[in-house]
Amino acid sequence: MRYSIWSIIKQGLRSNRDWKTAWRDPEPKASYDAVIIGGGGHGLATAYYLASEHGMTNIAVIEKGWIGGGNVGRNTTIIRSNYLLPGNEAFYELSLKLWEGLEQSINYNAMVSQRGIINLFHSDAQRDAAVRRGNSMILHGADATLLNQDDLRRMCPYLDFENARFPIMGGLMQKRGGSVRHDAVAWGYARAADLLGVDIIQNCEVTGFIMEAGKCVGVDTTRGKIRAKKTGVAVAGSTSRVMGKAGMRLPIESHVLQAFVSEGLKPIIPGVITYGAGHFYISQSDKGGLVFGGDIDGYNSYAQRGNLPVVEDVCEGGMALVPMIGKAKLLRMWGGIMDMSMDGSPFIDKTDIPGLYLNAGWCYGGFKATPGSGWCFAHLLATDTSHDVATAYRINRFQSGAALDEKGSGAQPNLH
Amino acid sequence: MIIPHPLLGPRDAAEFTYLGDTSLLMRPDPSAEAKPEKLMQAFHDYVHLRDNPTGVHKELWFHEQGDRSWLVVTRNISTHEIIAVELASDVKKASKGKSK
Ligand SMILES: Cc1cc2nc3c(=O)[nH]c(=O)nc-3n(C[C@H](O)[C@H](O)[C@H](O)COP(=O)(O)OP(=O)(O)OC[C@H]3O[C@@H](n4cnc5c(N)ncnc54)[C@H](O)[C@@H]3O)c2cc1C
Repeated sequence: MRYSIWSIIKQGLRSNRDWKTAWRDPEPKASYDAVIIGGGGHGLATAYYLASEHGMTNIAVIEKGWIGGGNVGRNTTIIRSNYLLPGNEAFYELSLKLWEGLEQSINYNAMVSQRGIINLFHSDAQRDAAVRRGNSMILHGADATLLNQDDLRRMCPYLDFENARFPIMGGLMQKRGGSVRHDAVAWGYARAADLLGVDIIQNCEVTGFIMEAGKCVGVDTTRGKIRAKKTGVAVAGSTSRVMGKAGMRLPIESHVLQAFVSEGLKPIIPGVITYGAGHFYISQSDKGGLVFGGDIDGYNSYAQRGNLPVVEDVCEGGMALVPMIGKAKLLRMWGGIMDMSMDGSPFIDKTDIPGLYLNAGWCYGGFKATPGSGWCFAHLLATDTSHDVATAYRINRFQSGAALDEKGSGAQPNLH
Repeated sequence: MIIPHPLLGPRDAAEFTYLGDTSLLMRPDPSAEAKPEKLMQAFHDYVHLRDNPTGVHKELWFHEQGDRSWLVVTRNISTHEIIAVELASDVKKASKGKSK
């Protein structure tokens, strides 16, 4: 059923009894042309674009829990393309363009809201860095606007501009950045892929790979063997665990990142604001909750929950930047496990094992990448060549000295 | 998390900075490998690759806001339970003793 204003009115008049489930719940087939492991945003987007752009419909997404239960349902939903390095910026700009047309292409309201993102600066040196970043973005066809203090005072009068230690001098704004309803991204891609014939198999954990003559020809799962000509892995925080079953060691550590939501408040924060002098960023959801977060906890973790020192650090950042939030009550906090790579940038690449492909290393910034990652991973799976904007995302880039280190902090995942 | 420091007793984990897997104690020995490609590979693996297992993990913590000693903490990273803590210097000595 196509979703539209007419379908809502029609179903409303019939007491909503004819809505169908948004995707089927099929039994796994014995074999597919391709299987994607991981029903997060990236896996589901990959399946959708394999079907819609490359005509591959005999494919399946295999998810150990339920779709959307991983990081795609745990993140703070910020989308943007304000990267500096050439190997990254073209990719993230493609992803942002895909967000702009997403709801029409998948016929699903993902609440893509381009309400803008502002990265604040607090010193002359930071302003220079912001100008450089903005120019790099514009050179790649993205948008960037430099704001001075007066502009900011008009938009967000409640910021602590005269903070003695870190006064706010201005900010770099990307107007096309914003936020998206994260669950709806998983559900929307799942529904659109399912309509094209993709099998979405939930509660089915991949426990190993079927190898024949050095090639990957499918996966072992808790629901039996599933053969596949091509296997794509997109399991985010579980990457080392899953790839370990194929004998691979990767340049990845798994870390926990926490996020926080306050009680619902009247609209006050117009877009996304990030602090330039500490680890803190904030936006406001359509329901009114202040959504905020900060740094990763900084140690290996698979626990999906963090510790109090980082909670304190985030709250200190919040109080330094937006003192009024001290009055708001916290409603919820949670954590997600992220695949932190050695340079803070992702991988979309073939592996040394024929038939096995990897999509990983998204760190704390993979939500915005969801459409671009699906688009490029589908391209790789279908054509065996890297998409033009993803050529830098090679697994062996540390060997060739081609690391993509936006922060310049070296092979130390907890510093990215 | 509270880290039971072998010399100072229980300390808040916030006093420490985290480096990572104890494989970082096993720096390749440049004089032991004659072939440059093999040496490059060994250093690449040492600097960039990690086992990143679930469950029990041995890792290096630095008591930066304390006595500035390096510790090897054995921790269940699926539950954050700390199982054992040793001085990194002792661990290093013991591993050298073994390899001789
Ligand atoms: C608190 C927090 C805030 C964040 N904020 C932002 C943000 O504001 N902006 C942004 O761009 N990014 C953000 N991120 C990062 C972003 O959420 C992730 O990078 C991205 O969601 C990862 O891709 P995914 O959606 O495919 O992952 P996931 O949703 O985690 O999908 C991976 C899936 O693989 C499944 N899986 C694992 N092992 C197996 C197996 N053996 N067999 C079958 N299935 C398996 C898992 O169950 C999971 O569903 C944030 C992350 C966190 C935790």
